[in-house]
Formats: sequence, structure tokens, C-alpha cells
Amino acid sequence: MNAGGGYRLEVRGLAHEFPRSGQEPLRVLDGLDLAVRPGEFTAVIGPSGSGKSTLFNIVAGLDRPSQGTVFIDGHAATGHSDQVAYMPQKDLLFPWRTIEDNAALGLEVQGTAKKAARAAVRPLFGEFGLDGFERSYPAQLSGGMRQRAALLRTVAMQRSVLLLDEPFGALDSLTRTQMQLWLAQMWQRHAWTVLLVTHDIREAVFLSDSVHVLTSRPATLAARIPVDLPRPRTAQTFLLPEFARLEQQVLGALGTTSDVP
Amino acid sequence: MTAAVTGRRVWRTLWPPLLLAVALIAGWQLVAQFAIRDAQVLPTAWQVVSAGWQVRGDLWHNAVPTLTETATGFGLSFALSWLIATAMDFSDAARRAVYPLLVASQTIPVVAIAPLFVVIFGFQLLPKVLLVALATFFPLTASLAEGFATADGDAMRLLRSMGASRWQSFAKVRVPGALPFFFTGLRVSITYAIGGAVFAEYAGAENGLGIYMQQMQQNFRIDLVFATILVIALLSVLLFASTYALERLVTPWRRFEAPRAAVRDRP
Repeated sequence: MNAGGGYRLEVRGLAHEFPRSGQEPLRVLDGLDLAVRPGEFTAVIGPSGSGKSTLFNIVAGLDRPSQGTVFIDGHAATGHSDQVAYMPQKDLLFPWRTIEDNAALGLEVQGTAKKAARAAVRPLFGEFGLDGFERSYPAQLSGGMRQRAALLRTVAMQRSVLLLDEPFGALDSLTRTQMQLWLAQMWQRHAWTVLLVTHDIREAVFLSDSVHVLTSRPATLAARIPVDLPRPRTAQTFLLPEFARLEQQVLGALGTTSDVP
Repeated sequence: MTAAVTGRRVWRTLWPPLLLAVALIAGWQLVAQFAIRDAQVLPTAWQVVSAGWQVRGDLWHNAVPTLTETATGFGLSFALSWLIATAMDFSDAARRAVYPLLVASQTIPVVAIAPLFVVIFGFQLLPKVLLVALATFFPLTASLAEGFATADGDAMRLLRSMGASRWQSFAKVRVPGALPFFFTGLRVSITYAIGGAVFAEYAGAENGLGIYMQQMQQNFRIDLVFATILVIALLSVLLFASTYALERLVTPWRRFEAPRAAVRDRP
């Protein structure tokens, strides 16, 4: 089966159920469609429990959906994880590996020799603000630095899609904003294809070219909101009236506004 | 870290037990010298040390076989624990089959089995090695198996998304993650190791600290019985301390972790 349209990542008719003992199976996703162009930054946002993680695991190739297909560059890739690089919510840097060895882990696992893998990741350290920390252990780094190291590890795998699962969720709000500004800058330079799962409306709008809003469980697509804010995005972006309007629009699509009298 | 700082840290660890040991020895000396006043019942600390020093050649001569038994038995136990714990980690069937037997093996009274081992395997090295292994391999295996099992599910998913094989995940995540647990088990079991060897010698041996102690008891050389015990205790403490040195060498990252995280695995 092939999908056209020049999408890097396309998800079609995704449905997923979890079996429950003695009850109806829990339907988490219900016919979800999603498409990401090459070099596009796409956010997925939804109420908690709406199946974001399930979607994420399916796209990462870690779980197989009950129904539906994941396409990468037009080819069916359901259940395969070899084209998507996954950055989990927790940084998951291994405490026994130095930062460069953590960053090189993906390459090492794929069969690159340890020395070569280190040499491959080392040039990235400057850009990721980690110069001089190659030989440090994760415990010696701040939260923001650890998150950048985790992103470095993800990028170093050189896969065609980056999957970021609430990457800044565990950071304090000031650090988070700094990281968002930094990520916007990095994206500007590298034009990665990114699927960002988040529950932070501000983050979704600020970073993305489009925001996919999910309904509550079982999740379908409530709205696809294109974000036409000017690039490059900077701290000024937050101040644009257009930014506030988009935030409102996402909020509306989430159905939150109707709950508030 | 500078040498001065390291020296100060070592001193800070050492002075409380040293002070306590000195106080206890002084108490012993006083009780033996002024209350009991019979070297056949309780020799003074000084009598023990000077008698021990006079037979230092014999003590050393007997310490070597005991240490050999301990090292060989512990080596066997070490190899077995990694083998069994790895098998248990890879196969749930192996885990379910082995764990109850592991626990059961610990209920075997060493007192009962040591003479049997001598009857079956003779007076040489083998029964001692087996007894040391029996006494030490459970804490090692159990701590390793628990250590492997603590690997974070999310970490395993991350490795899987990278395309790692089961074996790669094991070698790159589960093994290093289990090391702190392993060292806890190592410390528990190493205190049994020399004791196990001494006990095995007690049941029958040609030489060794255990049999030497027994002979001295039969000769009413209570001072030398105490001197032998002192040597055994010193060797155990040295072995115990060496596990910390080894741990620092093998898990260099742990000194950067928060103290809370570092003590989390202690029993």
C-alpha cells in the first residue's frame, strides 16, 4: 500500500483498543488521520488521557495499532521503528554513560563502533550548548542541559522523523521557555521533520507549522490548525496578536472554552 | 579530587570505628587483667597480640590456604551468580524454576552439610570451595537478579526504538543498572566468605586458620585461638573495604549522584 501527497509521515485511519478483563475493550484512538510534510514541525495536542502516548508509541513503531497504517515517505511502516527517532518525556540519559556516550548510544546500537559513534556525535556538542561536557556524567548537568543532551542523542540517529514526547514537560517554566526558544532556533537551521506531542498550548503554537487537536477518548482529529506565524520564531513571537488568536483557536478546538462560563 | 581531600575523607570514615575498637580493646584488657585474671579463660588483649606475633609464621602459613579457599569459592560463586541471574533475566521459566531452589539452598544448615562435604569430597580444597560458594552465592544472585529487573520500562522502550536487540539492551542498560545492587550483595556475601572457609576447615582439613584454631583449642592455647579470630576478623574487614575500592573503580559515575540516590539501594 502506498500513500502519495509527498508526506514524510502519514497516519491513516489509526484505531487502537486495549483489552480489559471482564469489560468492553478500551477504545483509545478512533480513526485518526495525520500528515506531516518533510521539514514540517507538527504538534499534537489533546486532553489528558486522549491517547497521545498511544499515538506516539504507534508512530514510534513500539506498538502495533488495532487498525490503520503508518506511512513514512509513502511506504507502509507500521510497527517499524527504524525511521523514527524517539525522544521520551524523561530524558532517560543513562547515569553510567558520559554525555557523549549517551549521545552515541543510538549509533552504537545500530552497529557503529564506539569510537566512530563518539566521533560522529562530538561535532554536535557546540550547537547543543554542551561544549566541554562531553565527558561529564548526566548527574552533573542541569535539567535543561540534560534535555538538550537527550535531543542530541535523538538527532544523532539521523532518522527521517523526530518524535518528541512532551520534551520539556519536566522543566521549570523559565527553563522551558528558554528551551522552546532554543528549539525554534535549531529547527530553523536544520528543518527537521518533527512530531511534537504536548499538552502545552503555548508551546504547540510557538513551535509548530500546524497543530493537530485531538478530541477526548476515543480520540479523533478535532481540528487541524495551521500556524502561519512568521519564521524565525523568537521571543517577540509571543507578543503578536496573531499568537494570542491562535492560542484561543486551539483552546476552542480542545473544547475547553465551552466548559468555562 | 586532591590527595589531601581524599585523605581527609578516608580519615573521616575511619576514626569512629577506630575509636570504638580502641575503647573495646581497652575494656577487654581491663576486664581480663583485673577481673578475670586467668589467661586460660580470657587472655588480655596484649597477651593475644604478643602470642600471635610470636607465631606469625604459623598464622601466615595457615592464612594462605584459607584465603585460597575463600578466593576460589568466591570466584565460583561470582561466576555462578552472573550465569544464573542472566538466565533468570532472559527467561521467565528459568526464573520461576530457579528462584525457589535458590531460596531452598539457603535453608541448608552449613553445620550439617560441612562434615558431609568432607566425607564426599575429601580433605582437600574442593569441599571448602563448595561451602564458600554455597554460603555466598545467594546474596550475589538475588541482588543481581533484582538489579537487572529494576531497568526502567521506558528505558527498554527507548532502546527498542533505537533497534536494540534483547542482548544489547541487557548489556547496555540492564547490566550497568544492576551494578550498584550487585555491590550491595557483594558486601553482604563477602562477610560470609572467610567465615564459610574457616567453618569448612573446622570440619576437616590439613591446614588453614580453621583447623589451626581447633588445634590451639585442643592445646589450651586460648590466647592463640583469640589471635586466630583476630586475623580472621582483620581479613574480613579488609575484604569488605576492598569492595568499596572496587565499586569506585567500576562505577565511577556514582560519586556524582545525589547522596540520596547513592544510598537508595542499601538494604
